[in-house]
Amino acid sequence: MQKVKRILYSQKIAPYVFVLPFVLTFLVFFLYPLTTTIKMSFQDILPGQEQWVGLKNYQRLLTDKVFGQAVFNSLRYMVITCALLIPFPMLFAYMISSRSMKFAGAFKSIYFVPVLSSVVVAGLIFRMMFAEQPDAMMNSLLALFGQPAIWWLKLEYPSLLALVLLCCWRWTGMNMLYYLAGIKSIPTELYEAADIDGASAVQKFTKIGWPLLKPTTIYVLTISIYAGLAMFTESYMVFGNNASPHNYGLTIVGYLYRYGFEKLRMGYASAVGLALLVGALALNLVQLRLTGTIGKRGDK
Amino acid sequence: MTTLETKTSRMPKSKRDYSPAARIFLLLFFTALAILVMIPLIAMVLGTFKGGAEMWRSGLNLKPEFQMWSLDYWRYLFTGITVDGELLPHKYFTWFGNSLMITVIQTVLSLFISAFVAYGFEMYHFKGKNAIFLCVLMEMMIPFEILMLPMYVQANAMGLLDNMWGIMLPFLASVSAIFFFKQYLSGLPKDLLDAGRVDGCNEYSIFFRIILPIMGPAMSSMAVLVGMGAWNSLLWPMLVLTSMDKYTLPIGLNTLFTPYGNNYDLLICGSCFAILPILLIYIFAQKFIVEGMTAGAVKG
Repeated sequence: MQKVKRILYSQKIAPYVFVLPFVLTFLVFFLYPLTTTIKMSFQDILPGQEQWVGLKNYQRLLTDKVFGQAVFNSLRYMVITCALLIPFPMLFAYMISSRSMKFAGAFKSIYFVPVLSSVVVAGLIFRMMFAEQPDAMMNSLLALFGQPAIWWLKLEYPSLLALVLLCCWRWTGMNMLYYLAGIKSIPTELYEAADIDGASAVQKFTKIGWPLLKPTTIYVLTISIYAGLAMFTESYMVFGNNASPHNYGLTIVGYLYRYGFEKLRMGYASAVGLALLVGALALNLVQLRLTGTIGKRGDK
Repeated sequence: MTTLETKTSRMPKSKRDYSPAARIFLLLFFTALAILVMIPLIAMVLGTFKGGAEMWRSGLNLKPEFQMWSLDYWRYLFTGITVDGELLPHKYFTWFGNSLMITVIQTVLSLFISAFVAYGFEMYHFKGKNAIFLCVLMEMMIPFEILMLPMYVQANAMGLLDNMWGIMLPFLASVSAIFFFKQYLSGLPKDLLDAGRVDGCNEYSIFFRIILPIMGPAMSSMAVLVGMGAWNSLLWPMLVLTSMDKYTLPIGLNTLFTPYGNNYDLLICGSCFAILPILLIYIFAQKFIVEGMTAGAVKG
């Protein structure tokens, strides 16, 4: 007993004891499930029996039109949210951080409030604002312009608008914060030098702000690509469940959920998940390579 | 030299000034943006006074309709007495209590365990350290949604379904918290360890007696981040929990999405009330929330 204690307390073994909780969690709840899902993707699983089927699940993915639609929906959502949630928060953060901006603190606090809401609460609010009743907010807005009420969540683009607006509402404030943190780290001397050279506000942004905020942009882009491609709960809440009309709100993770938890076809669901994993990793590797974060070391 | 110093100390964070016209424009612009951000929340708060039947009839909108206002819906939330004066008990506060308990336990354990692990990574050199830390990064890179199916299979095999610990266990060694604490610890002098050893501390009491007490600021930032995540989490608890008495608040609220009985009254007031705890923490600890949430974006 004394001997065990001495070993555990030695400087050689102690570090392993410290990282043990992570290693255990990693093995049990990450690595093992990951290998299980890889294994399952080559199997046909019905309750009580599993059968090796080789690449059949993957072959099926390639010809599955509904999966194609899910991929298209997820990609489209990802591209739109990246296109909105990077440039605008960056500009807002840049404009609000000027010293001549009044009440900046109050504004920042307000923009952050939606980040505190859960997807359930945000989903409830947006579903009810985009409700089909003529008195609901978005239909009242249409009425202001003399347009008839529409069934927002049963139509393709109106329901996409609901999802995109929900995402923008929740995350604009968060992304602004990322950019504000990045702006803080820009040395003020650069702006002083630009002032001496007589640079305009626009020039200061394009020549100083934009290039020096690149690391922040890459970070926000990386997490936005993941979040966009893995979107599921937003659609689940806005449409009320995983079955949106004509699959307009179906995402890749929604498809995984449909096969894994609703149809109990875990082999096929695993293949969907792994396709998403490979796709997301590949996309981010390409992105990081294009933005010069990885590779091309000599260029700088 | 001294004049230069006073000059820089008076310097604002970034030296960018706008013309008076631009200032007014910006003020108007950010006010408009603040109003846009607040609209969904205002619509929700208005909804709590107009009640579930009205929400069913006309969705959420910004029409005040004061003649409809009533506190009966809030009374139903707190007392279980419906608008019609009947006693119809509901489970909202059971769910609220479950969420509160899970949030507190998960936050405390997760901070402690993550700090423990981070200390091992930062303060020691040991064989395999880089390989294990690579696993931390890998876990950060892979979205949870991809692994939810095999994790569910795993939780099932371990008998963790419909169990509070099943929700928490996979996330106690939180990779983002480990990463953040490791960064924080890297700023501490390593001499602290040797000083501790000289004073007769063993490897573990150095952590408990010397390091843990000085990690307060980092702990507070992560506490709000982990706590908010636990409080708002929907997908994993929804997969794990099956019995209504164990539901967390987001799952419980989600089950109220059917206009049956007085569900909508409870849903609208309950959603509003669910944001309150986080809003209160935000008001008093805004700095910590901001620090915790932007921790990943800025290095050092």
